Amino acid sequence: MAAPRASLRLVAPVWNRGTSGIRGLSKAVDPEGNQRKGRTLLQFLTDRFYDVEAVREYLLRKQVLKVQKKNRSVTYIKERYGPYVAGAYFVLKQGGSVKFRDREWMRADERGLSSLEFQKLQEVPLEAVDASGCAINYQGLDNLLALKELQSLSLRRCPHLDDWCLGRLYQLADSLQELSLAGCPRISERGLACLHHLQNLRRLDISDLPAVSNPGLTQILVEEMLPHCEVLGADWAQGLKVGPEEQSQDAGGSPIPA
Amino acid sequence: MLQRALRLRPGPYLSGRGLGTYRGGSTLDWDGKVSEIKKKIQSIFPGGAWSPLYDTSHLPPERSDVVIVGGGVLGLSVAYWLKRLEKQRGAIRVLVVERDHTYARASTVLSVGGIRQQFSLPENVQLSLFSAEFLRNINEYLAVVDDPPLDLQFNPSGYLLLASEEGAAIMESNVKMQRQEGAKVCLMSPEQLQKKFPWINTEGVALASYGLENEGWFDPWCLLQGLRRKLQSMGVLFCQGEVTRFISSSSHMETGSGEQVTLKRIHEVHVKMDRSQEFQPVECAIVVNAAGAWSGQIAELAGVGNGPPGTMQGTRLPVEPRKRYVYLWHCPQGPGLEAPLVADPSGAYFRREGLGNNYLGGCSPTEEEEPDPGNLEVDYDFFQEKVWPRLAQRVPAFETLKVRSAWAGYYDYNTFDQNGVVGPHPLVVNMYFATGFSGHGLQQAPAVGRAVAEMVLEGHFQTINLSPFLFSRFYFGEKAQEHCIL
Repeated sequence: MAAPRASLRLVAPVWNRGTSGIRGLSKAVDPEGNQRKGRTLLQFLTDRFYDVEAVREYLLRKQVLKVQKKNRSVTYIKERYGPYVAGAYFVLKQGGSVKFRDREWMRADERGLSSLEFQKLQEVPLEAVDASGCAINYQGLDNLLALKELQSLSLRRCPHLDDWCLGRLYQLADSLQELSLAGCPRISERGLACLHHLQNLRRLDISDLPAVSNPGLTQILVEEMLPHCEVLGADWAQGLKVGPEEQSQDAGGSPIPA
Repeated sequence: MLQRALRLRPGPYLSGRGLGTYRGGSTLDWDGKVSEIKKKIQSIFPGGAWSPLYDTSHLPPERSDVVIVGGGVLGLSVAYWLKRLEKQRGAIRVLVVERDHTYARASTVLSVGGIRQQFSLPENVQLSLFSAEFLRNINEYLAVVDDPPLDLQFNPSGYLLLASEEGAAIMESNVKMQRQEGAKVCLMSPEQLQKKFPWINTEGVALASYGLENEGWFDPWCLLQGLRRKLQSMGVLFCQGEVTRFISSSSHMETGSGEQVTLKRIHEVHVKMDRSQEFQPVECAIVVNAAGAWSGQIAELAGVGNGPPGTMQGTRLPVEPRKRYVYLWHCPQGPGLEAPLVADPSGAYFRREGLGNNYLGGCSPTEEEEPDPGNLEVDYDFFQEKVWPRLAQRVPAFETLKVRSAWAGYYDYNTFDQNGVVGPHPLVVNMYFATGFSGHGLQQAPAVGRAVAEMVLEGHFQTINLSPFLFSRFYFGEKAQEHCIL
């Protein structure tokens, strides 16, 4: 199965049951072969010079601050124009698209966002948000959770969305009917466990989640958890090994009853 | 080259006979002396027996500004915040002394790993809230260049505390206080509970409080390793050894009202190496007692409690080890993915573990049933008689379960009021406590570490005010009782 292995390379190697804190160990874990030469020199210098280490820590910190800056809450817009416009502004600024009730999908264009349109849309509830690929994190989710009439939320391939963020989605339980989390590298089955609050959900997409340890089993458990919801995701027979005596049966037959 | 010269046969003037001949019968044993000198010179070279510079690389340093006794999550957290809040890079030398580098009996790694905000004291709620924020942003706090990010395996499933008729009013006031502090907790009636979690038997339950955010369980070993890694990169020294002695000096002073007090100051910590009699006296300015279940012994070594009972000098640190069992069982028809950590009014609790219908749980015994904390042997009869009936009554599916394994760990149990001891000792002026959390130390460790670091560096608590947790409450009898203990 080529697809899961390829998607695994996108995820940074995860430090779990740590063997030791020696920095040299990370070389063994690093799968990127073509950048190895450059990275080894940098690691060599970092291990020996405090200045290089300080500069690299600063750059790392800057990256983190960049994401935090993108997720600042837009309180001034919220006070002036209301929560719907604030949520829309936040999503549009990050590069997503929004859909107000009875309007069409809107996406930010090169000129930026015009305030005239927003004034007209002050009282119109936001119904659908497509934040695919946006750098939304735990803080930024504040702006989305204020949208009490949100019916469809698409968070595909969001790199900073993790299990803690899923634990906040219960606030949209009354209205949310469609949710897509496909391709998010940090979401695992532990975060999916707190989706049971969303009882109005009708469509859930949990395909292609590299951090989920057992996609087939997770799909079954999520389906049991949300009985009224159609769960799109991995085929639950994926990961099941066909035994030697079952190989003669036809491929469409399933070894375990649903 | 010198060695080759030495190996040459001695010349005519070096033979004992010859010299003796010249001196005319002197009793000087030149032959013996020369061979001694040869042996000494040979031993200087690598491989020889005598090395003039004694190798002390396995010993801790001779001097350290802060010595933290105990390398569990609380000790490492104090070390982290000390290095993080220091005014200048490299200003404070910190040494962490841990007796067992395998952490075989440490409470941190044997813990169930839960984090909740549902406590009865506002300080505890604030501590847990900050710790949740720390764990959420752990890859910003504990980032090390070139190392992969940490995955704490956090399950945001929440805690569900059930209350019977007697406890319902207290639970309601607790939840009100928790919501005021900022925790996201909701109250549920038995009907709502039955609807949400159909596998619960709500008989005897009057009220339930369910934590919606920032509650759940995680992997404590990963947190420990992450802290260790970050501390090594920040320059904290680690040592494997046992603290056997404190060398301190006393000074007699008079208070404003004319009372005589004896203030003690610790000057040296004797750290004994593993499996040897060798020890290193470490000169230090500050000692932090984060020894967990053994904090009482460390405090006794420092002289806490040596005095007539009823005085501040005679007040012991009331922290002792208490053994708690955790059982892992398999139940094929058990609660599904949505199960939170459920705590029965009788004290039994359980949580889901993994995806394979496995569950972890246990129960705190009453005072009469306390097991002997001398070893970490598991008593399976306790499960049969005390834990299983209560669980099966609460979740009928647990009537058919099969115990897979079990382990035991220590609570650093505070017999006074089951809450932590934080801050300096009033008489031993440079010993700070960070211990006694009686089962909720892991979840409050980041915040407590910060509080102790603030106390050490600034002299007072800055972010969370933990004055109800100071040592002096044991003398004055002011209990900061925590009721929601699991």
